[in-house]
Amino acid sequence: MKFKTFVAFVGPSILMMLLFIAAPLVSVFIQSFHHTQPVYETVTREVCTPGFIKQICQEETSSQPVLGADGKPLVETHYVGLQSYRDLLDMDRVWQAIDVGRWSEILTIDFWKALRFTLTFTLLTLPLVLLVGLALAVAINNALKSIRGPIIFITLLPFIITPVIGALSIRWLFIGDGIMTAMLEQWLQQDIAMFAQAWTIELLMYFYRVWHVAPFAFVIFYAGLQTLNQDTLESAIVDGASRWERVRYVLVPHLMPLIIFVALIHLMDCYRVFEEIVGFSSQAHVISLQWLTYDFLTPDDAGNRSIARASASAMLTMIGIVLLLIPLLRRTWRDHKRGGH
Amino acid sequence: MQMKKLFLAVALSAGMMASGSVMAACAFKNEVPLKSLSAGFDAWKAVAAAMSECGNFEGELDQEYKTKQPEAMKANPSLYHIGGVSNSTLVTLMGDNSVRPLDDLVAKYGQHLSPNQLIKIDGKIMAIAMMVNAQHLMYRSDILGELGIEPPTSYAAMLEAAAKIKASGKVDYPIGGTFKTGWNLGEEFINMYMGFGGEFFGEGNAATLNNAAGVKALEMLKAMTEYMDPEYLTSDSTYVQQQFQQGKIAMANLWASRAGAMDDEKESKVVGKVKMAAAPVAMEGGKPATTLWWDGVTIAANIPDDQAEAAFKVAMEGLDEEMVKANNDDAVWLIKGYTPGPAAKGAADSAAAGAPSYPASKAHGMIHTVAGSNLADYLTGKKDAATTLADMEADYTKAAKEAGLIK
Repeated sequence: MKFKTFVAFVGPSILMMLLFIAAPLVSVFIQSFHHTQPVYETVTREVCTPGFIKQICQEETSSQPVLGADGKPLVETHYVGLQSYRDLLDMDRVWQAIDVGRWSEILTIDFWKALRFTLTFTLLTLPLVLLVGLALAVAINNALKSIRGPIIFITLLPFIITPVIGALSIRWLFIGDGIMTAMLEQWLQQDIAMFAQAWTIELLMYFYRVWHVAPFAFVIFYAGLQTLNQDTLESAIVDGASRWERVRYVLVPHLMPLIIFVALIHLMDCYRVFEEIVGFSSQAHVISLQWLTYDFLTPDDAGNRSIARASASAMLTMIGIVLLLIPLLRRTWRDHKRGGH
Repeated sequence: MQMKKLFLAVALSAGMMASGSVMAACAFKNEVPLKSLSAGFDAWKAVAAAMSECGNFEGELDQEYKTKQPEAMKANPSLYHIGGVSNSTLVTLMGDNSVRPLDDLVAKYGQHLSPNQLIKIDGKIMAIAMMVNAQHLMYRSDILGELGIEPPTSYAAMLEAAAKIKASGKVDYPIGGTFKTGWNLGEEFINMYMGFGGEFFGEGNAATLNNAAGVKALEMLKAMTEYMDPEYLTSDSTYVQQQFQQGKIAMANLWASRAGAMDDEKESKVVGKVKMAAAPVAMEGGKPATTLWWDGVTIAANIPDDQAEAAFKVAMEGLDEEMVKANNDDAVWLIKGYTPGPAAKGAADSAAAGAPSYPASKAHGMIHTVAGSNLADYLTGKKDAATTLADMEADYTKAAKEAGLIK
């Protein structure tokens, strides 16, 4: 291909990537090292608010933003180095907790609490999604041709549901005296509160994520199975390979590139876990890194938000994803260099 | 507060209401296209419907209004002419200088307003209040009566009553509470801390929470949770309201704006059985451990004067006597023509006993947030009271430094 043609084809997408991926990333990176804040002055003034019968007027001293000549609040930005990262990681307290040997105290700091959950969530659901996806693909591949279509359709349904809606539906099944909780209570003859402690909520979250994502793994693996060389499979049968051996030595090696692909996608998606936190309103017990960023960005009643710490937390989330992906990417790279595909 | 978003085509609902009930039309025909953004609870629905009778009016009702209102009204021209606010969200709009003083307009069109409605800051009228709201005691008069318990006036008495109700087994959980992590739990802490006479700030916006009042407030909140549904950390106002309506709880400190729902025959199994009283005091001789809130309207600064004038006229139609008479029990109105019913008793008694107004400010918004996010670890036993309060102060300091409130 001529260089000019190449540029004409690739140019637009590179421009888009620079504009919508690189530029925001750089902006977030810069913001994580700066504090942007209004200039405040201390003002004492009379504030009158409604009482029930008579108005209550009080002298109040509070900090008020200083207005500039254009009627807008004055804002200043200054460089603070790694302050936002320090605020987020709270290393002083981490070392202190390690010194006295009370490890669990580390998990009361928001960032570490979020990291703990995000990692367990990502690493626990990964094998489950792969296994369930593979099992579904193999099972359906062996099902009668006439019923495959409807079965595939039904299997894909959980993946089609909007994540937040799916999470909310499961929450409503279990919260308070929801249908499922009421059934469990009747069956086990004891009072159950699924949303009263962390581990039950986490269990529901794992279940929900596997239920939601396994169809994606399934559909990819199922497509892969269609390209499986039947001769290899038949010769394996002739050689006396058991069902398990066929899966182990023929199917899995054939699907390996797809397994790595699904694992990559799943790791990236899971590390950004967010819908589950909101859907199950689990903030009291369980939070994730992505939710932490969101929480910093959400303004309170008085309009304050922590942009700098949100940026720092977003940067750390990105670094975390890259670290997680490195082993898989290295493997793909090795395969690529060997010229496997 | 709630993920649930409420968008309502006000014009549509106004049409429906007009056909259903007797509602006189607006006194004038509005020619200027106007938009308003406010919260979406019943009182605002009524007000927005009344405003839309004037024509050319689009009222957006959204429980998450506070996340979009500041940016939308900071724009020039502002995206909304009328902004529905509460005492805490007015702080944001005032800080951005995006609402205008209303003295001239009040002089011209607002002579009928009662002085109590005029929110004055530094001598200037910045908002027109329409209703007050407060958390106060609601209790099942039938259960307390059968067990021979007087309606509690202090939290200590409330705990004693809860123990008796628990022993009787009349309800699933004696106490309900808006203890959902985040804004709700933060509000509970602020009420209780002020009830124990706590002060939030020292010199230069520094937080002063780690003290005897703080510890007592935390301990009292924890003592209450012993009598609550174990899922209390996910329980918001709507959840508590439903617990009441379904007869699962016997007492709660709940918002006055929810009082009307107790006697709603379509939803409630306990019609006529829930009575209102002042919020209990936290300590002997103290004031009720609750804070008074108000909701009202503001007019955007970044719009031409003629639009502001039209917007104010329409707003006055929304806040008129007719609207109040048609929706008397939807809120504790401040507007003339309101007859306080039994649903208003709790808020009125709390105010009469000296409940303070909510101390809204930039710095206080941060206290509210750190309280809401830190309390769960204490209530679930992961931290002790002193550590929790120290962590709240530390978190506040981080946020305040980032925002420039502490140098």
